[in-house]
Amino acid sequence: MPVSERTSRSRVRAGDRVFAGLSTGAGALILAVLAGVATFLLVEAWPAVVAPSADIPGGQGITVYIWPLLFGTVLSAVLALLIAAPLAVAIALFITHYAPRRLAQGLGYLIDLLAAVPSIVYGLWGLAVLAPATVEASTWLYQNLGWIPLFAGPPSSTGRTMLVAALVLAVMVLPIITAVVREAFLQTPRLHEEAALALGATHWEMIRMTVLPFGRSAIIGASMLGLGRALGETMAVAMVLSVSGGVSINLISRSNPSTIAANIALDFPESTGIAVNTLIASGLVLFAVTLAVNMLARVVINRRRDFSGAN
Amino acid sequence: MNPSTRTDLEAALSDRPLTQGSLPRRAPWITLAAAIVIGLVLTSFGVATGLAALVTAVLYGVTIFAWSLAVEGPRKAKDRVVAAAVTSAFLLALAPLISVVVTVISNGVNRLDAEFFTYSMHGIVGEGGGVYHAITGTLLITAVATVISVPIGLLCAIYLVEYATGRLGRAITFFVDVMTGIPSIVAGLFAYALFALFFGPGVRMGVMGAVALSVLMIPIVVRSAEEMLRLVPNELREAAYALGVPKWRTILKVVLPTAMAGIATGVTLAIARVIGETAPLLVTVGITTGVNMNPFDDRMATLPVFAYRQFSSPGIPPEPAIDRAWTAALVLIAVVMLLNLAARLFSRLFAPRSRA
Amino acid sequence: MAKRIDVADLNIYYDKTLAVQDVSLSIEPRSVTALIGPSGCGKSTFLRSLNRMHELIPRARVEGKVMVDGQDLYAPDVDPVTVRSHIGMVFQRPNPFPTMSIYDNVAAGIKLNAKRMPKSELDDIVERSLRQANLWDEVADRLHKPGSGLSGGQQQRLCIARAIAVQPDILLMDEPCSALDPISTQKIEDLIGELKADYTIVIVTHNMQQAARVSDVTGFFNLRGVGQPGHLVEIGDTATIFSAPSNKATEDYISGRFG
Ligand SMILES: Nc1ncnc2c1ncn2[C@@H]1O[C@H](COP(=O)(O)OP(=O)(O)OP(=O)(O)O)[C@@H](O)[C@H]1O
Ligand SMILES: [Mg+2]
Repeated sequence: MPVSERTSRSRVRAGDRVFAGLSTGAGALILAVLAGVATFLLVEAWPAVVAPSADIPGGQGITVYIWPLLFGTVLSAVLALLIAAPLAVAIALFITHYAPRRLAQGLGYLIDLLAAVPSIVYGLWGLAVLAPATVEASTWLYQNLGWIPLFAGPPSSTGRTMLVAALVLAVMVLPIITAVVREAFLQTPRLHEEAALALGATHWEMIRMTVLPFGRSAIIGASMLGLGRALGETMAVAMVLSVSGGVSINLISRSNPSTIAANIALDFPESTGIAVNTLIASGLVLFAVTLAVNMLARVVINRRRDFSGAN
Repeated sequence: MNPSTRTDLEAALSDRPLTQGSLPRRAPWITLAAAIVIGLVLTSFGVATGLAALVTAVLYGVTIFAWSLAVEGPRKAKDRVVAAAVTSAFLLALAPLISVVVTVISNGVNRLDAEFFTYSMHGIVGEGGGVYHAITGTLLITAVATVISVPIGLLCAIYLVEYATGRLGRAITFFVDVMTGIPSIVAGLFAYALFALFFGPGVRMGVMGAVALSVLMIPIVVRSAEEMLRLVPNELREAAYALGVPKWRTILKVVLPTAMAGIATGVTLAIARVIGETAPLLVTVGITTGVNMNPFDDRMATLPVFAYRQFSSPGIPPEPAIDRAWTAALVLIAVVMLLNLAARLFSRLFAPRSRA
Repeated sequence: MAKRIDVADLNIYYDKTLAVQDVSLSIEPRSVTALIGPSGCGKSTFLRSLNRMHELIPRARVEGKVMVDGQDLYAPDVDPVTVRSHIGMVFQRPNPFPTMSIYDNVAAGIKLNAKRMPKSELDDIVERSLRQANLWDEVADRLHKPGSGLSGGQQQRLCIARAIAVQPDILLMDEPCSALDPISTQKIEDLIGELKADYTIVIVTHNMQQAARVSDVTGFFNLRGVGQPGHLVEIGDTATIFSAPSNKATEDYISGRFG
């Protein structure tokens, strides 16, 4: 008896050890993949970094190549965020504090569906519907507000402008921001909401006193998540934006800077040699930027979680 | 205490009557109806729908604000305007969703025929042809990606829930979240760079696409599986331990089966998330006109890349290719929505009983 | 300031279920009324119907009359938001706004009602309210620190200061001491005794000694049975209720023979 017991116990221990090792390995693999992304991109980007300027597409070196793309990336993403973040907060408020409670979950799913639409479909839709629909408005902006550099024009006749790219991006990041903010708003302690109402606050005053302050860091974190997503969005921008290179903040013309992601999608299939390395180098820049933004976003969101957990 | 303060305060607070002027209960509806009528009249005069809707919303907001301000005072007026604004924001967000669905369906039905699903593009110029090769490609690549992602994701979730302690656990949790934010194009470039190191530049293979999709899929699987595993009550685990069942068998025989429905939901959502990805496949798998069932050899067609290519380089005349692009988009959106629906159904049907 | 309350034939519903049935009672101004009774008999529900907080729960409603100095709170043209600014409420768990300082917590209600008040005037009101709540000495040097940094008992007194800062006519308290230690409880009880001079106070409590200590009048709520609505069994002078209740159920409950 003692013998078989010992063997079975050691088999148990071996089984446990193998299983624990496997799952720890899987966890560590996550970190390895992230490190791997950075490493392999760096390895493939390196030839472009050390290549003579003249060999880089454009002939003026890698910095001059990437900088306008980075500018376009940041411009489109920030614009998208400026449009999407306030809307997302309003939508999250509607779902959590205005809509009938029985409907709330269903309405939430409806907004989530926006995230389910593939970006290629947004690209097609942006080109076929949204871009033409903005031509009139762009013309109006140009004629009436043309003195603002953003609307310096001349307006694009196809509507494939930075403004439309930002609008499409805004639609795409809206559900991501809404989901996080909605979650936070739902967690506002009922106790605090009732305290405000019992003081004689109206519904909106209650929200301003309790729900918004409580959700503040979630709003910030969620916006940064949305920013990260907008920075990296590829196909919709590649299809919608008419690009000419260069740096410009003109939102309604047909000559726009491209974005890093869109530029890769457009040029990669046709590229060979050092051009591929250059594109990968730009991808590395994009990876670094989005990684930083996402890490910051998560730190902000997690800190809020700790804070509300301690309450 | 200063007596004058007291009287001022009472004037400000206490002497207000309980009965304040208030709008009739139907006031918002009457205002809304009027605003909608005006909006409809505008559209009948040829004003664009979007502009008319904007006018309707603004008209409603301004009217209800002014009316409420006159009768109920500034606080109530603000309350009503915010309610209107927040509702409008929600409706505004629905507009693109509806527009996308309507546009894709109306443009996509043209080629929604049997030939579309049974033919490839092999030797097709101009009209005809289909997405048979792209459907097989998408299914194959997504399947390989799922086969890679689910075991890794599940094991990682098990690690986080059952084993994780201290720094490594926290680091993994954090970076799983960060990983959900990796741009899909970067995942594609990663797969390319990885394979290019071994197979030389310009390499294209189905499995590269699967690796790229896995980078996007793994964190989603981890997150949802982790959430589900945490819902499994601890008493269940303790009951098994008390019977002398080793930990790994407890996880396999007790914890995983209990969480299975939820994990299936998560995996379905993860598939839905990556099956529509274009960018990573564009740089790793490319596109081809015929059926290729070997993920380790050369280019493959996939639905999203097919739609993109048909649209971006349609040839002459462009119409047949553009029709094919829309129909491919329709198929794609239908697949994604169905997967989402299936996931919701899973979670509805197999929701843990504890919630009731 | 302090006003009298007359409740007539009040029925309180959650959706279709009747939670509290047919309550009629009168409460004198400048008195403390304690409501006691077993758990689930509807004390909180009744209390929340006195400042129209009850109707914030979806599909909750009331029938009957709640008169404050002759004005029916449920008359059609009465604004519930105004009602709540006239009738203050203190909750079971202390709930200062966590994102606001002590000062801002006390000033929160005033800022709602009187938008443009000079800073000095606001300072005066905050100080007076904190003094009335016996909290001033403990927080005077950290008025601009978060209210959530205070002890449980201090937080509850901060909530009382917040409620009385807007000079309500009536103060409702739902088990204000049940989350507090004995010393803090003692302080709140003393405070209730002082506030009686200015306010009409209704307090729900599970602590019979507390009811006996702080209240002038005691009302006993009970359930006729499981699934039945709660009702008011009797209400009367606290001394009488505790020494010679007229109802057998009251006597059983008070002497601990309940159930
Ligand atoms: N939000 C609600 N929805 C439906 N029913 C409710 C709700 N709140 C309370 N009830 C029901 O109303 C009845 C009275 O509850 P109430 O909270 O008023 O009792 P209570 O006397 O305050 O109890 P306790 O002493 O435990 O605080 C109970 O049967 C309770 O289940
Ligand atoms: Mg209660």
